[in-house]
Amino acid sequence: MRIRAQVAMVMNLDKCIGCHTCSVTCKQTWTNRDGTEYVWFNNVETKPGIGYPKHYEDQDRWHGGWQLDDKGRLKLRSGGRLKRLSRLFVNPDLPTIDDYYEPATFDKDILVNAPAGLKDTPVKQPRSALTGEPMAVTWGANWEDSLGGAHEHAAGDPNIARMPAEAAAQVKFEFEKTFLFHLPRICEHCLNPACVSACPSGAMYKREEDGIVLVDQDRCRGWRMCVSACPYKKVYVNHTTGKAEKCTLCFPRIEAGQPTICSETCVGRLRYLGIVFYDEDAVLAAASVADEHDLLEAQRAVFLDPTDPAVREAARAAGMPQDWLDAAERSPVWRLISEYKVALPLHPEYRTLPMVWYIPPLSPVLDAVGGAGRDDADADAVFHTIRELRIPVEYLAELFTAGDVEAVAGVLMKLAAMRSYMRARTLDGTVAEDLLDGIGMTGDQVEAMYRLLAIAKYDERY
Amino acid sequence: MLAARRFLRRETVGDHGRTLHQVKDGDWDQFYRDRWRYDRVVRSTHGVNCTGSCSWNVFVKDGLITWEHQATDYPTTGPDSPEYEPRGCPRGASFSWYEYSPSRVRHPYVRGVLAEMFRDGLQRLGDPVAAWADIVENPLKARAYKSQRGRGGFVRASWDEVTTMVAAAHVYTTKTYGPDRVVGFSPIPAMSMASFAAGTRYHALLGGTLLSFYDWYADLPIASPQIWGDQTDVPEAGDWWNATYLMMWGSNIPVTRTPDAHFLTEARYRGTKVVAVSPDYADNVKFADDWLAPHPGTDGALAMAMGHVVLTEFFRDRTVPYFTDYVRRYTDLPFLVTLRQTTSGRWATDRFLTASDLGEEDGAHKTVLVDERTGEPVVPNGSLGFRYGEAGEGRWNLDLGDVLPALGLLDLSDEAVEIDLARFDVGDTEGGATIRRGVPVIRVGEHLVTSVFDLVMAQYGVRRGDLPGEWPTGYDDPESPNTPAWQERITGVPAPLAARIGREFARNAERSKGRSLIVLGAGANQWFHSDMTYRSFISLVTLTGCQGVNGGGWAHYVGQEKARPITGQQHMSFALDWQRPMRHQASTPFWYLHTDQWRYERVPADELSSPLGTGRFSGMAFADTVAAAQRMGWSPGHPAFNRNPLDLTDEAAVAGVSVQEHIVAELKAGRLRPMAEDPDDPANFPRCLTLWRANLLGSSGKGNEYFLRHLLGIDSAATAQECDPQHRPRDLVWRDEAPTGKLDLLTAIDFRMTNTGLHADVVLPTATWYEKHDISTTDMHPFVHAFSPAVEPPGDAHSDYDTFLALADRVSELAASHLGVRRDVLAAPLQHDTPDELAMPSGRVRDWKAGECEPVPGSTMPKLIEIERDYTQIGAKMRAVGLLLDKLGTNTKALTVDVTAELDYLRHQNGVVTDGPFAGRPSLATADRMCEAILALSGTTNGRVAAAGFEALEKRTGQPFADLIAGHESDRITYPDTQRAPQPVFTSPEWSGSEKGGRRYSPFTLNVERLKPWHTITGRQHFFVEHDWVAELGEQLPAFRPPLNMARHFGAPGELVDGGVTVRFLTPHAKWSIHSMYHDNELMLALSRGGPVIWISVPDAAKVGVRDNDWIEAHNRNGVIVARAVVSHRMPEGTVFQYHSPERTVNVPKAEKSGRRGGYHNSLTRLLVKPTHLAGGHAQLTYAFNYYGPIGSQRDEITVIRRRDQEVEY
Repeated sequence: MRIRAQVAMVMNLDKCIGCHTCSVTCKQTWTNRDGTEYVWFNNVETKPGIGYPKHYEDQDRWHGGWQLDDKGRLKLRSGGRLKRLSRLFVNPDLPTIDDYYEPATFDKDILVNAPAGLKDTPVKQPRSALTGEPMAVTWGANWEDSLGGAHEHAAGDPNIARMPAEAAAQVKFEFEKTFLFHLPRICEHCLNPACVSACPSGAMYKREEDGIVLVDQDRCRGWRMCVSACPYKKVYVNHTTGKAEKCTLCFPRIEAGQPTICSETCVGRLRYLGIVFYDEDAVLAAASVADEHDLLEAQRAVFLDPTDPAVREAARAAGMPQDWLDAAERSPVWRLISEYKVALPLHPEYRTLPMVWYIPPLSPVLDAVGGAGRDDADADAVFHTIRELRIPVEYLAELFTAGDVEAVAGVLMKLAAMRSYMRARTLDGTVAEDLLDGIGMTGDQVEAMYRLLAIAKYDERY
Repeated sequence: MLAARRFLRRETVGDHGRTLHQVKDGDWDQFYRDRWRYDRVVRSTHGVNCTGSCSWNVFVKDGLITWEHQATDYPTTGPDSPEYEPRGCPRGASFSWYEYSPSRVRHPYVRGVLAEMFRDGLQRLGDPVAAWADIVENPLKARAYKSQRGRGGFVRASWDEVTTMVAAAHVYTTKTYGPDRVVGFSPIPAMSMASFAAGTRYHALLGGTLLSFYDWYADLPIASPQIWGDQTDVPEAGDWWNATYLMMWGSNIPVTRTPDAHFLTEARYRGTKVVAVSPDYADNVKFADDWLAPHPGTDGALAMAMGHVVLTEFFRDRTVPYFTDYVRRYTDLPFLVTLRQTTSGRWATDRFLTASDLGEEDGAHKTVLVDERTGEPVVPNGSLGFRYGEAGEGRWNLDLGDVLPALGLLDLSDEAVEIDLARFDVGDTEGGATIRRGVPVIRVGEHLVTSVFDLVMAQYGVRRGDLPGEWPTGYDDPESPNTPAWQERITGVPAPLAARIGREFARNAERSKGRSLIVLGAGANQWFHSDMTYRSFISLVTLTGCQGVNGGGWAHYVGQEKARPITGQQHMSFALDWQRPMRHQASTPFWYLHTDQWRYERVPADELSSPLGTGRFSGMAFADTVAAAQRMGWSPGHPAFNRNPLDLTDEAAVAGVSVQEHIVAELKAGRLRPMAEDPDDPANFPRCLTLWRANLLGSSGKGNEYFLRHLLGIDSAATAQECDPQHRPRDLVWRDEAPTGKLDLLTAIDFRMTNTGLHADVVLPTATWYEKHDISTTDMHPFVHAFSPAVEPPGDAHSDYDTFLALADRVSELAASHLGVRRDVLAAPLQHDTPDELAMPSGRVRDWKAGECEPVPGSTMPKLIEIERDYTQIGAKMRAVGLLLDKLGTNTKALTVDVTAELDYLRHQNGVVTDGPFAGRPSLATADRMCEAILALSGTTNGRVAAAGFEALEKRTGQPFADLIAGHESDRITYPDTQRAPQPVFTSPEWSGSEKGGRRYSPFTLNVERLKPWHTITGRQHFFVEHDWVAELGEQLPAFRPPLNMARHFGAPGELVDGGVTVRFLTPHAKWSIHSMYHDNELMLALSRGGPVIWISVPDAAKVGVRDNDWIEAHNRNGVIVARAVVSHRMPEGTVFQYHSPERTVNVPKAEKSGRRGGYHNSLTRLLVKPTHLAGGHAQLTYAFNYYGPIGSQRDEITVIRRRDQEVEY
């Protein structure tokens, strides 16, 4: 066992309001400068949708992440070292600016300084922030917001293509069938980062002390293999410096004991930051399990229980200070991933062992508009079953469990059971342990989880 | 996490097969560390018209603002509740972009042609006022600059020059036409109170007219004054946590209440059921358990059907003690209403039975109910008749003693009659039809009476016993109003679903004792008949005992209306420390008349009348109802008369009579005319308009194209024809040539160039929210906190506060030779929360012009109030707390507080004026001192003031209140406190809820728990509203009124003609802007579509061949918009959205339809005035600023959408 610590994040998508405050505060602080106009270390996508950059989840197109070879060995999907070297100068797996979007800017001071005698009020026209030429705005960092244009584009969402045919056929871009949720994304700071492995210059590395994945700006030679290899497309090219840049997990803040900007400014209060311990020696095996449905459990198994005396002893032996041990023990991320098991990794099938996990969203029932029958007489039975939800469980499964529907459904059932349990507590003060049958949690655990998800004080989130 | 900083080992670890682990190698990361470095963090907030009022940390590096992040140090909500941190949204997070943006206004600008003429005149004539007269009195010169509005050509001017010009215009106008022709508009004091007060105080001291915003924006829920006698009072967002059933009705919480949305998502985990009612799959639907999608504007039908279910199952089939106890005590349901015979001999409702009907003296405002124990009529405490005067002292309360109010007369009476009740879902006119249903009656003296409860049961169609009439056969009866099946036909919401949600809502309220909440928003409110829609909603929460209960009731969040330190804010803003009152004006009728939108009217006023009416509006236009309401003293009309009020006082002095006598005599003789009877008379034009903290021409100006044509005198894209002779107003002068360019001077004060600035004659640069001192509050959170300057304003920019001080000084200088000391006379309407409410018993209307009574100021016509103005002292008065406070104290909601102690405190806290006539008065020389004065004079921020107010309230009600402030009597919040962090306010009689002991604020908990009456005729919450004008429209009881049928009145604007599709045009609030603010911000443009868009459904887009992001045009008779289409399946067929408010300054090409620059959302709207919103003079229906007045609704409009040539020209 080789114990390591990782600063990890959980986002509760069930609370995400899609406001993009995280994106704006991140961009204002880190990437509002020449060369990074199109870069959003943090972005928020509307799902279903093709995302930013377009279709980034389609690894048949981009060859990001890892796969198992014929012998069951883990290898980069972008090919072996030789293949990658041969493509140093022509990389067909590199997104173009159009796959992101051409950033626009607007005429300078025409409103204030318009000359006299115009026929009409002055107006600011869009111009390319890259070339300065007039342009038409045809795509953006968040073009699909709130399902804008979804009936034209979103069928190309790779997650729909991967769904079982019967379920995919139920996804229709019609008013009555509408569903949506938001997916905020930063760098996953993976335990098994494809970008680091793909870098020919050794410029990318995973920080020893906290697992943050960084690009050494001095060493980067701009080969851009990292951009291709990252299946989440969270490494960007600064077109002014020619070097790769990415989310740094706000390391200057982390080092000062402050949460990342995207976390602290998250108005939905849905982000949790914490330390998890893991066994570095177990990473390769976990990333290499044959059945994609086993990846979730395999990855959970890599994490070490910070309350386990043996783990703590190992951590001390590895030189971790006491306050890191304490932080790991009270880590909300650990609790959500490993204790309550309500957080799931994004696309575990990429085999990078991502370290930003997500609690999947509930949603209204599908029959609300149609008003299909249920027992209307019992006014106390106010909640629906999770099988009636508008967001297809199969869709969520493609995002978070490599298609394992039961695993996602299990999480949603926990959230639903928590709500019913707490409704009884709130309305009548009664303890309805029977509601917890089938989710494998005790009343105390549910109430503790409720406090973490609902009351979610600042000190509990970070 | 905090531990992380200590764990920084330096050790290189090699490659473990796939992954390179290492510690930092070299100093490459210095770049990121430097980026994060900053010099200073300053606390401020954003003064935009949103309800956020979030506290932000502004980071400053090298003297420049770099970025802003939310503060997280709000006072706690307690261990078992989510906190307010970190309030904010993406819009606020992008604000610092404006600091250095290319559209920043850094210097004063004047349109070149005007500047030249003024400079020339000044040189020739030597006097600025003469120079101004030389321009505006010369039609050619006036035309020369007015025609250039909006067409570029600004030149820079010095502050000295520009203040001289604006001051000269104001002095000239005051002297020539009257001070009431100098008009100011600035919305929402709560979003920056000192900045608001600076300009309003200036206008108040000048005698200028101040325009309202809350009604104008259609944010005011007119139902609130009607039901509660209260402008608006709502729970803070933290109280959603206490709800166990939460319906979002027309309120897209994640988008429009972004900082608060987490309370919603979190409450779900506590077991709260959440329902979304929205015509589209809005962002908030995601968080709901159930989604109800009624057709736009039909929400009232859905709510009425839910009410039908509640009354049937919880009042008729079964009795719920909690509900019946509540409605007996806190609503008008037990009160008796007289019946009248209609012209066709049928029975209809008339008015409340009063103690006068029982033969009591002074009983005209004391309402009557029946004691169930005795069967006899009794006059309980708490009605309006106990509110004023000595006799009512100690009796204005809801203490019923031994009386048990009878809930309905069914068990007390053997007699029943069929009455006619209004319905609006059928009929040939907007006025609808009637339905006959029986009610039990008793006889009291000469009157046949029933109870409000019986009327409500009949109105909702809940059959009891063998009462006669037309009743539904069951929930599944689709014909009879207001069943679930009936609403399904109207709304499209399945009947069983509507019934189930109504049932769940009530059942939850029963189990939780009132913790069912309805969050209401603009989607339901901004319709022409929003008052009726809201009454159907509010009925649900009052029937189920939710109002005045934490976690329950209504939560209307439209507009940041709640200035928590309201007493100080109002007294300072309106200069009530120097003179009372100021000229407040309801904006909707003002702009309806002054932008000549009335000349295009095709809907006659009696089109709205119910068959139950008496034909009162026959032959009248809406403009006639405006004139009538103004002359009867219900609603303000400024300017008041077609003569200068300063001259009217002189005339009276010459004639040796009082000015009141003089005006009445002149009016009766026809020599003097109210403005409203001839708004196109040049004597009646509003001449000068100053806008600050506002974007009238780029955001809120409904009927924008009429503003451009008639107010500004420039081209307009409106194609509507002026009305035919048969539609012309009865009482207004029709001038064949409509005036254009009524306005002589438009001054815009802003830090960015908006569409208003582009059209202004003068643009003054102001400080941003990161460059000035001010304070902010909102209804959403219980804190008061500060703006603070992080940097100095750039260029020549000054704060609003300093700008108005400079203007006042210049006016004072010019006044020495032009105005001196003059006497002004104000025509002020009958005022809410004063004994004026007693002027018109039972809301019986008498019009002196029709000879129905004599014109008596303050009774049958406006009060005529004389005020002396020393125009040479305006600047000095701006800077000092005035003398009137010593004499009169403060007065808020009829509670007077002696503030001698506060004045003394302010002398020390602020320092005093050191010289001049006001030496020794507390100083208001700077904005932070103004903040101190506001805080010191208000109960929410000064415990002593709250205690004194409660003492006065105890005296009036005879009920205990003082304990609510106990322990805080000597606490106060100072301005530096608010700069440090948000400060929680104290419980105060200025509001209706309690924060004592860290409790979350919910409105009307004091009424419920302390038996304080509501400010209504009965003192209770109203289902029945009495007033002759309300009766005329058939709106005495809750009912469903559908959206106006625009196609019927104006013709469908061309369905499928030239490739267009006719759709409903809605303007909900946007995700990427707050009104027009942030719409031009490049961060928001990057996250949205880079310019104006219209959202359209997939089927509608298909009909006209539109694909996502195609350029389209939307047009109707009022104007034309050019925008990109966002095609989405989340939109319902038949409706498009243009999110409010996209402006026309960014990425707006010229329209094919007009050849001119495309418009913005208000280019497709035009005002309509609902007469009941003018009704006044009686009880809760008396006027107050932003409390009552016609709403500027804009949701009933339709438009044609067509695909245009994809080649666009800018």
